[in-house]
Amino acid sequence: MNAPVLRLSGFGKHFGSLRVFSDIDLDVMPGDRIAILGASGSGKSTLLRCINVLETPSEGSLELDGDVVGQPSRSGDMRFSERELCALRQRVGMVFQQFNLFPHMTVAGNVAEGLKTVRGVPAQKAQERAVTELQRVGLADKADTFPSRLSGGQKQRVAIARALAMDPEILLFDEPTSALDPALVGEVLGVIEQLATEGRTMLLVTHEIGFAYHFATRILFLAEGGIYESGTPDDVLKNPKRPLTQQFLAEHRRFQF
Amino acid sequence: MYEWDFSPVLAEGGFLLVGFRNTLILTATALSGGLVVGLLLAFARLSHRRWLNVPAGVVIEVFRTTPPLVQLFWFYFGLPIVLSVEMTPFLAASLTFMIQSGAFFAEIFRAGIVSIERGQWEAARAIGMTYNQCMGRVILPQAVKRMFPSMMERSIELMKTTTLVATVSYADLLFQANELAQKTFRPLEVFTVVALIYFVSISFISFVASRMERRFARSGEFTP
Ligand SMILES: Nc1ncnc2c1ncn2[C@@H]1O[C@H](COP(=O)(O)OP(=O)(O)OP(=O)(O)O)[C@@H](O)[C@H]1O
Ligand SMILES: [Mg+2]
Repeated sequence: MNAPVLRLSGFGKHFGSLRVFSDIDLDVMPGDRIAILGASGSGKSTLLRCINVLETPSEGSLELDGDVVGQPSRSGDMRFSERELCALRQRVGMVFQQFNLFPHMTVAGNVAEGLKTVRGVPAQKAQERAVTELQRVGLADKADTFPSRLSGGQKQRVAIARALAMDPEILLFDEPTSALDPALVGEVLGVIEQLATEGRTMLLVTHEIGFAYHFATRILFLAEGGIYESGTPDDVLKNPKRPLTQQFLAEHRRFQF
Repeated sequence: MYEWDFSPVLAEGGFLLVGFRNTLILTATALSGGLVVGLLLAFARLSHRRWLNVPAGVVIEVFRTTPPLVQLFWFYFGLPIVLSVEMTPFLAASLTFMIQSGAFFAEIFRAGIVSIERGQWEAARAIGMTYNQCMGRVILPQAVKRMFPSMMERSIELMKTTTLVATVSYADLLFQANELAQKTFRPLEVFTVVALIYFVSISFISFVASRMERRFARSGEFTP
């Protein structure tokens, strides 16, 4: 039996009096691919952002490879030291809906930046590694262009390469294709699919239910401030047991044929 | 009809040149100091620690809302009484204009920094950068480009404001011109030449600045 890469227990987040979720228990095993679904405002982004502490979780515990990260605090949100945060984020990569590439750096510069600045890798080595990662997402020929010259799909692939360059143990995707032209969604999902075949551990928030079905080893459906229903894609997406899941899926299927 | 005669002024050209050199020295000192003070004040202002951001805010407001001449007199005539130190005109002027332009630069820096989208911070934090690394590698380089025009404008303003030091007998261009005007009885010619010197040097600076701006714009990142 493997040990979980990531373990959340009693995990919760509230913004002042607004409770987004509470009491979430989740074990993420190596190679797990978890798709997170839920209505708008159900806390999908907040959950992902709490996992790499872009948003400070309020309560519970977060363990990476069995190491506890952060301390509970009696007043307000949990506490994390700057060192803990930097270490955690190098192990948990994130890809954003809006790409958030650094516009003043070349494509290769974007990918090499973390290696150079955070890891202290020499510029030459970092550049070589960046090109390798860009090859993986099919953009090695764009290494020297600036992000503003790229299409949305290309930008998102660069953002994925930037996250991969840090060798994260877990990758978080927050609606990576929602800001894209429908025609460009495929190329990004293609890259994510390829990462799946490599056995990477990933958590993906998405509205692409069809993709979630094929991609995920496990589905989490968030509602009512927690994990409302979870299980294999077949369980949750084909035979949902609980009413809100059924209703959500029915709405999403309305225009499918 | 007034008869223009520049020859007495030109004969004493070296006199004005000394003044011009002193103006440049003072401007350069105040500018480099002002940029450092501005950056420190901006960081302090953006800090979440109240003991940093409140005092920084007070300094910025005080120096932005009082006339520069009052500030200069305060440093030149007032500060020596408080600290019982010797104050030279150059030292008083450098201090005044460093802090004064620093206060304005701080607001420019701060506005530039907060204008950078949240997503840039998040992307930089998400690959494990510390706050300082984010600031230095991702936020400031972009902010500086955005604030460059207002920084240039403020620097030019600073160069013009330094003429106030003539009032505390620092031998800047204006002070030297005044002396020369009294010596030659040719104020019209003297001040015409002085205006010309400012006009030419500031136009030159503006020209270089706009060239640099265009180079920034061409480096690819601003084209949509
Ligand atoms: N920084 C914040 N401050 C206050 N409230 C917030 C903040 N971020 C999110 N919220 C609130 O938390 C709730 C969950 O938001 P979240 O963005 O996680 O939802 P989501 O499931 O990702 O929705 P969507 O599908 O629209 O992206 C919402 O009610 C939102 O308004
Ligand atoms: Mg969201």
